[in-house]
Amino acid sequence: MAVSFRVNGKPTTLDVEGEMPLLWVLRDALDLKGTKFGCGIGQCSACLVHVGGQPQRACQTPVSSIEGADVTTIEGLSPDGGHPLQRAWAEVDVPQCGYCQAGQIMEAAALLRHTPNPSDEDIDRAMNSHICRCATYLRIREAIHRAAAIAAQD
Amino acid sequence: MTLITTGAIEGRSEESAGHLDRRDFLRVSALAGGGVLLGAYTVDAAAAAVPGAPGQLAESALNVFVRITPDDLVTIVSKNPEIGQGIKTSLPMVVAEELDADWDRVRVEQAPLDTEKYSRQSVGGSTGTPTNYDLMRRMGAAARRMLIEAAAEMWGVPAAELRTEPGAVVHRSLGRRATYGELAERAAAVAPPDLESVPLKDPSRFRIMGTSVGNVDTPAIVTGRKLFGVDVTLPGMKYAVFEKCPVFGGHVAGANLDEVRREAGVTDAFVVEGGDDLGGLLSGVAVVAESWWQAERARRKLRVQWEEGAHAGDSSAGFRARAAELWQREPETVERPDGDAPGALAAAAAVVEADYEYPFIAHACLEPMNCTAHYRGGRLEMWAPSQAPERGRGMVAATLGIPEDAIAVNITRSGGGFGRRVYVDYMVEAAAIAMRVDGPVKLLWSREDDIRHCFYRPAGYHRLKGGLDSAGNVVAWQNHFVTFGEPDNTAWSAGLSATEFPSRFVANYELGTSHIPFNVPTGVLRAPRSNGVAFVVQSFIDELAHAAGRDPLDVRLDMLAAYTGGDGAMDAARMRAVLESVAERSGWGRTSRPRGRGRGIAFHFSHRGYFAEVVDASVSRDGAVEVEQVWVVGDIGSLIINPSGAEQQVQGAVLDGIGQALGQQVTIERGRARQSNFHDFPLLRMAQAPVAVDTHFIESDVAPTGLGEPALPPVVPALLNAVFAATGKRIRSLPLSEHDLSWA
Repeated sequence: MAVSFRVNGKPTTLDVEGEMPLLWVLRDALDLKGTKFGCGIGQCSACLVHVGGQPQRACQTPVSSIEGADVTTIEGLSPDGGHPLQRAWAEVDVPQCGYCQAGQIMEAAALLRHTPNPSDEDIDRAMNSHICRCATYLRIREAIHRAAAIAAQD
Repeated sequence: MTLITTGAIEGRSEESAGHLDRRDFLRVSALAGGGVLLGAYTVDAAAAAVPGAPGQLAESALNVFVRITPDDLVTIVSKNPEIGQGIKTSLPMVVAEELDADWDRVRVEQAPLDTEKYSRQSVGGSTGTPTNYDLMRRMGAAARRMLIEAAAEMWGVPAAELRTEPGAVVHRSLGRRATYGELAERAAAVAPPDLESVPLKDPSRFRIMGTSVGNVDTPAIVTGRKLFGVDVTLPGMKYAVFEKCPVFGGHVAGANLDEVRREAGVTDAFVVEGGDDLGGLLSGVAVVAESWWQAERARRKLRVQWEEGAHAGDSSAGFRARAAELWQREPETVERPDGDAPGALAAAAAVVEADYEYPFIAHACLEPMNCTAHYRGGRLEMWAPSQAPERGRGMVAATLGIPEDAIAVNITRSGGGFGRRVYVDYMVEAAAIAMRVDGPVKLLWSREDDIRHCFYRPAGYHRLKGGLDSAGNVVAWQNHFVTFGEPDNTAWSAGLSATEFPSRFVANYELGTSHIPFNVPTGVLRAPRSNGVAFVVQSFIDELAHAAGRDPLDVRLDMLAAYTGGDGAMDAARMRAVLESVAERSGWGRTSRPRGRGRGIAFHFSHRGYFAEVVDASVSRDGAVEVEQVWVVGDIGSLIINPSGAEQQVQGAVLDGIGQALGQQVTIERGRARQSNFHDFPLLRMAQAPVAVDTHFIESDVAPTGLGEPALPPVVPALLNAVFAATGKRIRSLPLSEHDLSWA
């Protein structure tokens, strides 16, 4: 079937099977490799993207369900890597292997949009669906607070 | 991150886990005094000038690790695979330090597999730093000498009058200055200095090492650029999945290949013949399609008849029962480095007996195993997220009959390693599939493949007896350890050395060992062997301390003071220093805690690193465990190359250990793994992470050692000892999720 949606602001029309998860459409059809495959069953959130501004696990999102929607991936979070979260991630030196971090950052971006100054509890609640196998959790907490501060200054 | 001396793995002996591999040792020795490496790592005249790609500047290569362009950009080659341990940042820091480079003008490039050029490129056993530190210093220093010589020649002054400052050579009295970029072309023509005698910086002048430097790939990671093996994309590439027998090593007897080939997007489905070595290429069915999702979906239609073999009845419950039977017998072997344990136990004022057990666990790297391969004209090119690409190439050559020199391996960043990527099964699978596919093909495992076909941390069973004298000192220690394999062929990573602590620290010590034959692939997992044995030893010391009515810290300090001499790598004085320091920093023993809250302490030596840790944990009335805070003190030598990276490794290892203790196990049932994904093999999540991991290093007078592993082992017993302090419940088997910790 033909599916039309926007990815990072760019109108996209694809002829794919409607049940194909958005994760594989992004990675293999559109060659946007920032969104990661970790479990395939919605347990790790490495594939988290925004659909219509809301965080959504791309591995659990049939592409047919996003007809007409706006999809934002890590590649589209900012034009130049300058989103407060991206800057904070570098300042705090969060990544170890780095594999989960795109999903973590996209979740944190959704959190900061509605909770610009989150508490540790807010952060734990919002981020708990994510797995970081390297366990960078303490620095993720710190970096989200840092990003909130950067955003407040900007 | 774990032991990876190739020889040790192939020989199934891990005696070198905490030591330098002999080959590395020879190389380091040669550098230190033999002069064998004179001329190695240099580039010939033809290669010294590297033409730039269109629109880019030409580069001058000063040696195989250092290239410089006229705009002062210094490219440093990172030879070892990056798996999250930070080696791609820390070793280039060492080169840059001695080169006196401006770190802001350094770019790091991952080397492909070429051990002739770069020397060994495996990572594991926390060996990356200790085996390369000296070499990297000398490569940076040699390049700096060549830049100085070039300036001396250009200015007609003696080289001795020249100094460097970040990124430039200067002559102070003449007021002259030339940047490395200006000198690079000339420097590339200078004869390389003797690596053995090239002067190195005095450590007091280090300005890059010892400062926190961010992960060099962070800008790419946070913007989603292609970095990992799974991100490799080639024109015309197809995608493959590979179905293996759920019973380890089972063979394909038949499959509905024609039906699967008719599925949408599928281009081929075929049987791959495999052998019986669980570490090699195993029998299975490959499904190849236009997209990975189509291949994986078609796999659901696959019906394979398996020859499951003789082990389809094996189970964890059966292994446990067999261990209990073996405990009733004399051990197969008894090693008695010290004294007379049975005699001392018979004469002891008090004897404590306990059985300990830990389960199989999987590595569960977040990036599932994958490898891209392209076979054409008798040559194979691979893109592999691997800790041991050289082993992968060797196994592909030996299994598939492709000459090693016809195999090129590109090393990609790995989404975690933890020892899993020491094993190269997925590389040989990808190569075998690629030989049947026209064009490049990417093999990607599902998470279920990953959990069900791991090289598991082996389970282990320990029956312990400890003897106390009337003053509460530990005077006897006897362990009957039941592990896997055959008496003369212990399974991978399932051994226990007779020199492991508390050997040599208890006057009467005895280690008995028995084996259970089995058919489960096992292997090194972050801090192999130590991740199980530290739990057993440091928990049992706690039991002895409580039986004696003594503070667990005091008992440990007394044991460390009771060194009996003899072989062994652990230095008691260094361990005592970290133990005393962690007690001080955590305020050990200074406050009493209410029921449901407790602290535990433990230490362990592994991979040349000394670590002591304190865990503060609470257990709710209904038995929910929460780790509140952890204190860590480590000693990994004279210098922390990258303090930020070091803190990351400690936090990561500590949280990894907490995750293992809380909920991880792989249960063998009917010869196969019961768990399959993160719903039943839970990794630690943020809400389970402690508020803080207080990390401190003691600097000691030895060259820097590695940090991927040694912070993990102590946290497991420290947590369980804290649970005991909180609840009075002594946990002797993992994970905690199998125990009722509620209290009223």
